[in-house]
Amino acid sequence: MPEIPSVSGPEDVRIGVYVCHCGTNIAGTVDVKALASYAACLPHVAVSREYKYMCSDPGQALIEVDIAEHDLNRIVVASCSPLLHEATFRRVLARAGLNPFLLQMVNIREHVSWVHSDRKTATEKAKDLVRAAVRRVSLHKPLEKRRVPINPSVLVVGGGIAGIHAALKLADAGKQVYLVEREPTIGGHMAMFDKTFPTLDCAACILTPKMTAVGSHPNIKLYTYSEVVKVDGYVGNYKVRIKHKPRYVNEDLCIGCQECITACVYKEGKTPDEFNLGLSKRKPIYLAFPQAVPQKVVIDRDTCIEFKSGKCKKTCIEACGERLAIDFKQKETFEEIEIGAIILATGFKTFAPERNPSCGYGQYPNVYTSLEVERLINASGPTGGEVILRDGKRPTSVGIIHCIGSRDANSNRWCSKVCCMYSLKLAHLIKEHTGAEVFNFYIDMRTPGKGYEEFYDRLLDEGVHFVRGRVADVSDWAVHPSEEGKLVIRAEDTLAGFVRRIPVDMVVLSVGLEPQTDAQDVRRLFNISCSSEGWFLERHPKLAPVSTFTEGIYIAGACQGPKDIPDSVAQAGAAAAEALALIDAQSVELEPYTAAILEQDCSGCKSCIPLCPYQAITFVDEKKKAYINEVLCKGCGTCVAGCPSGSIQQNFFEDDQIFEEIEGVLAYA
Amino acid sequence: MRYAYYPGCSLRGTGRSYEESLLAVFRALDVEIDEIDDWNCCGATTYMSVDELTSYALASRNMALAERGHSEIIAPCAACYLVLNKTQHYIREYPSIKIVVTRALETIGLEYHDRIRVRHPLDVLLNDVKPENIAAKVKVPLNGLKFAPYYGCQIVRPYSTFDDQRDPTSMERLLEACGAKAVHYPLKTLCCGGSQKGTLPEVGLDLVHYLLKEAQKNGAEVVATVCPLCQFNLESFQKEAGERHDETSLPVLYFTQLMALALGAPAHTIGLQRGFVPIEPLLTTKEIAYA
Repeated sequence: MPEIPSVSGPEDVRIGVYVCHCGTNIAGTVDVKALASYAACLPHVAVSREYKYMCSDPGQALIEVDIAEHDLNRIVVASCSPLLHEATFRRVLARAGLNPFLLQMVNIREHVSWVHSDRKTATEKAKDLVRAAVRRVSLHKPLEKRRVPINPSVLVVGGGIAGIHAALKLADAGKQVYLVEREPTIGGHMAMFDKTFPTLDCAACILTPKMTAVGSHPNIKLYTYSEVVKVDGYVGNYKVRIKHKPRYVNEDLCIGCQECITACVYKEGKTPDEFNLGLSKRKPIYLAFPQAVPQKVVIDRDTCIEFKSGKCKKTCIEACGERLAIDFKQKETFEEIEIGAIILATGFKTFAPERNPSCGYGQYPNVYTSLEVERLINASGPTGGEVILRDGKRPTSVGIIHCIGSRDANSNRWCSKVCCMYSLKLAHLIKEHTGAEVFNFYIDMRTPGKGYEEFYDRLLDEGVHFVRGRVADVSDWAVHPSEEGKLVIRAEDTLAGFVRRIPVDMVVLSVGLEPQTDAQDVRRLFNISCSSEGWFLERHPKLAPVSTFTEGIYIAGACQGPKDIPDSVAQAGAAAAEALALIDAQSVELEPYTAAILEQDCSGCKSCIPLCPYQAITFVDEKKKAYINEVLCKGCGTCVAGCPSGSIQQNFFEDDQIFEEIEGVLAYA
Repeated sequence: MRYAYYPGCSLRGTGRSYEESLLAVFRALDVEIDEIDDWNCCGATTYMSVDELTSYALASRNMALAERGHSEIIAPCAACYLVLNKTQHYIREYPSIKIVVTRALETIGLEYHDRIRVRHPLDVLLNDVKPENIAAKVKVPLNGLKFAPYYGCQIVRPYSTFDDQRDPTSMERLLEACGAKAVHYPLKTLCCGGSQKGTLPEVGLDLVHYLLKEAQKNGAEVVATVCPLCQFNLESFQKEAGERHDETSLPVLYFTQLMALALGAPAHTIGLQRGFVPIEPLLTTKEIAYA
């Protein structure tokens, strides 16, 4: 039985109810006056008021004064989501000398006024919810928050520009950083780009200094070709298991001389080169690109003859000589690290244009994705920076098609944000490299950003053609002799009002951005959420854009949504600042919502032990009872629901409190 | 399962060869059908342009009749297939249309429950019968006969219930199971001209020409169609379009004629003798031993 008096119990429970108008957000749909008068009649309610903005200073003062004057010992605030203001009102209780957990919030904004339009029924629903809260709060018990020390190191997952920037900021601030990247090198998508818009800086020139800084920073432990496989613990004290994939080259011994690559028994590369998106071939032993960090080669066991047959002459080992860096026996290894905060910067993938068959990708060799063209025009790319097509020709006319896999009900509805600008950049670069006529086919030109619109103006001056209209298809269907042997782009020119057929030598598909294929696995691993499109979900779209709903885990860059380089870097800096703010506080307050075993009822069946995701439950042999480690318990409630004898009780979610709330919401009163 | 079969007017007129060959294919593959008793116009073209509600009521009557005893209805004509799908869509989306249709059916003692699934023969043959079972029953392999797969617009747009809207491939999969070979044909869903031949003849003729010319250029020996109107336009205006541009000479067949041939149906029972461009010389050249 509950120790705190129930509603029908003694008279010493004195509740204050405060109904917020939230301007017209709530008052526009809910009759706040009627709601407050209704609450005043509920058992144990000593005071009930409504006020325009409960969260304002005068609103808070109202509660504080009432607590003293009316000797209140329980507070119900009917306003917005507790996510927004629970902390605010708990502070009010603390200032007035009450335990902050004697508060219950009712969300009559998100749950009532914003989702209903009928004033009468909305008000009735609000009354039901307030009644439930009043009944629940009377059973609340005083609870104490726990403080635990914070581990001051940070894990950054993903070594693209966002991860690199966040890692450097934290490392410069003197924190130990672990940067984990699953590819053999850091650099991400940005390393593949030729130039960056709108300034046309060489992407490598601005990125590689940061990459080498990461590689040599004393405070950064760089794990490439590695993946996070397990995450345990809680804010301030995470334990993470990392898998190091074997590169069959000892990173400590390899000096990056690449003599092994030259010496490989393959005279020419045979495997599509991932970094050049298959536009060139690489050998089984390779370095992703000249500026790769770390400068350590890697062996691809799927194509290496030694792995396939065991009968290779192993000229690579010969070339490596005394350095002995090559190790065919290397196995995957695992390592556990402890950190206080985690920044996820796992990036994006580009839309696979095969999903839109009418754009001809994979069907006609001279149809390219925008990322392929980045490599094609890059000096370190497959053609040394010359635009030579798959059929060996040099294009005299090029069509760039925007919004492939963006703003399309058949694939992705969102705008990928970066494509208009990179399409302009590619138009400029292609024209510069080839002198070709360039046609851009766009739905809307979206160029908000510093210097972006000016860049668009510049392209108009440079004589690039712009056709406003979604492209119907790309084909080799020639109607006129001038179209023979060309790719014909058909599009309705919505400004001129007719269908255009434009024959070109080369088609560039401006592919949109998508969440990584394994974004769902990653979000489960780190216990965060994804939006319906699959991007990692921020805690608040405006006010907490790099935080997640899991304390101590932050997101940066395009894993949160399509973003260009400046935005990714800005977000990475913000995430680093959030992580710093957390770990520099040195300790963290934990919610006291832990579970505890009611020893007298526990039968010692042990069924709760495997249920706990945090390994917080152990079995005490002497007593034959389970025991929950309060420090490890995160208050998920799994054991509470799973206990067959109902002998686990969770603070703030006690059975009586929940039943009282349910009965309150269902009661006619 | 037995399917309700709704031939529609074309298959009893210009599209006779479609019905003859389709029924031969169904017989050979044991697809059991029951023709809807007392079916009426599907509501396409003229009705749909002049009075949509009448069109929905007509289509619902056919479906209401089919629902008595069947859960799926086969509509081979592309126009019928489209109107039946459109009617289901509009009745589901717009209560006001549903009321009118329900009342119209009430006056003749019928009720439409929206329980019937509209199927196209391509869909049934591909997904219910399956290409591997078709291949096992081929008696006269088509010996690599090169065909241009021409779908037209209505079976993929706007309702693409069984194939990709922009690049359908079901016909290729079925005919390749019979030993034929599809050629590259980017115009597979381009407009055939519809009824433009009557109103803007030059537009219709140009489209017919593009379709045939591109098929010929890409090496097709026949054009395989799924729609009576496409087949009619390409077949009947080939000569006229050729006079306006340059000449083409391609047999234009229903995909079911090619399938029925492969499954052993005698040529004269599936309308192969009716073609304006005779098919026999081609079959002889390809050493296709038809009956």
